[in-house]
Amino acid sequence: MKIEQLKQEWFGNVKGDILSGIVVALALIPEAIAFSIIAGVDPMVGLYASFCIAIVIAFVGGRPGMISAATGAMALLMVNLVAEHGLQYLLAATILTGIIQVVFGVCKLAKAMKFVPHSVMIGFVNALAILIFAAQLEHFVGETWIMYALVGLTLAIIYLFPRFTKAIPSTLVAIVVVTAIVIFGNVDIRTVGDMGALTQQLPVFLIPSIPLTLETLMIIFPYSLALAIVGLLESLLTANIVDDMTDTESDKNRESRGQGIANIVTGFFGGMAGCAMIGQSGINVKSGGRGRLSTFVAGAFLMFLIVVLGDLVVQIPMAALAGVMVMVSISTFDWSSVRNIFKVPRTDAFVMVATVIIVVVTNNLALGVFAGVILSAIFFAAKISKVTVTDSLDEAGNKRIYHVVGQLFFASVSDLPKRFNYEDAVESVEIDLLNAHLWDDSAIAALDKIESKFKDANIRVMYTGLNKESMQLKNKIHGISSEY
Amino acid sequence: MFKRILLAVDGSDHSVRAVKYAIELAEKFDGVIETVYVVDENTTKKDVLYAANKLEIEAKRKEKIKPIRNLLEQSNVVFGTHVLHGEPGPCIVQFAEEREVDCVVIGSRGLNQVQSFLLGSVSHKVAKRTACPVLIVK
Repeated sequence: MKIEQLKQEWFGNVKGDILSGIVVALALIPEAIAFSIIAGVDPMVGLYASFCIAIVIAFVGGRPGMISAATGAMALLMVNLVAEHGLQYLLAATILTGIIQVVFGVCKLAKAMKFVPHSVMIGFVNALAILIFAAQLEHFVGETWIMYALVGLTLAIIYLFPRFTKAIPSTLVAIVVVTAIVIFGNVDIRTVGDMGALTQQLPVFLIPSIPLTLETLMIIFPYSLALAIVGLLESLLTANIVDDMTDTESDKNRESRGQGIANIVTGFFGGMAGCAMIGQSGINVKSGGRGRLSTFVAGAFLMFLIVVLGDLVVQIPMAALAGVMVMVSISTFDWSSVRNIFKVPRTDAFVMVATVIIVVVTNNLALGVFAGVILSAIFFAAKISKVTVTDSLDEAGNKRIYHVVGQLFFASVSDLPKRFNYEDAVESVEIDLLNAHLWDDSAIAALDKIESKFKDANIRVMYTGLNKESMQLKNKIHGISSEY
Repeated sequence: MFKRILLAVDGSDHSVRAVKYAIELAEKFDGVIETVYVVDENTTKKDVLYAANKLEIEAKRKEKIKPIRNLLEQSNVVFGTHVLHGEPGPCIVQFAEEREVDCVVIGSRGLNQVQSFLLGSVSHKVAKRTACPVLIVK
């Protein structure tokens, strides 16, 4: 059965997978190079990463047909590490990122994704889009109108070429056309070759040359943790999207482990940390890719192209890459969130905008997500901390019944004792908790307070409708013998 | 003549208009209606981003085609609904071929030339590529 499934995942769709893999490889090259440049490393680092991650994830991933490689989200997180400590620390951080992700996967933390509300995820993709766009602006500094014209041409081809055919990725056509114009027109403009070296060889196994000290660990750990979280967040989001596009299920914990293993391998082969890519996975599925073979072919063909066409790749003008990145940021941004910003609940909009602002100010996607989750948790607590108290007098007129409705916990009970009338001319009160739930010792303390205040006024207190869990909590904390 | 009618919908006003024509056609020829809603890549991305889980996505999509379902339920026509994934044009054409439908009814967004060049007209694509008659409702 297991063999049968494996066979299906690898060879269930050979023709479609090979073709789509080739398409993805072509579309991956410009992005892998551009993301390397964002991170501040040689183009080879991103290309090796894309090769290694795609190949490894094809075997160990939990979502067949999903494409993982060097990504913008991850590149943006490593900028400072590379600038301050260099490539070797980045490779070490990549390996540590992988280890953290494997631990997450083994601990089955994929479930924790549900604690990231969608307003934070929308803030995340919007912030990512803004940062990718902003990273392109430096390429325009000191450039002439030629740069703007070529970026414009790149974008025009990217968006209009699919009207004629969708068989070839339009980003590739744009890159080829613009590169040809620059080469044959002898246009003097910055190219990939000016940004770093490109070696036409397969990656080799290397142990990052860093001092194995606690200090090193302290330097790379914060980066690795951020990379691990952001990588899993984007990978699991992408997995959900691919699940929906293909109407199939995937193993999220296996995917988390797989992402980790892929990053460990990548780090040892001179590549930067990466994760799943929403855009490329979409291209893969649309081109007919469904199985593991498509991811494998994407990685293998990418490396083949670099080895064969390396001389041409270095001549790609930065204008063409910047154009591709502008397209990536436009398609990453969730435009409907801007259109609907006044229609969605105000707290949701606030969390989304706050997440974006925190990311853009700190340049750290992980911090934005963290802050967004905490903000949402606070808003959620505020929302459910509404407790209503209504009261009625019983027929005989000597007992008042209070109906408490809501969640009783630290955030909701501070004002609760004030909602009762202790100067009432009744013999006893009944506190009806049928529609209330006691969550913590603050809730118990508040009830105690109410009880003692009534006792001071010589009014007997009785509880009714306490649910089982709440009663257990009450007894555990106090063991008070109330009349039920 | 039109025993099996494919009704392509996306929840928009144009597609709601198309429903009425499909119902009349089905009533006249005593046919059945197969409603098809195609979720494209961008919609998938948005739906996943905005929903907490699969159930929510499903509920949202049901909600989207609810006005169409309501109209069909009010009529006496036998109908089925299908949610497909992919590019709308090719998906509708493929479904039409597989189910051997006799007619496709589809709403037109009424794009002008520039818009249809940029966005691509689904109804035109379907009209061009299906073997059966296509009713484009404006």
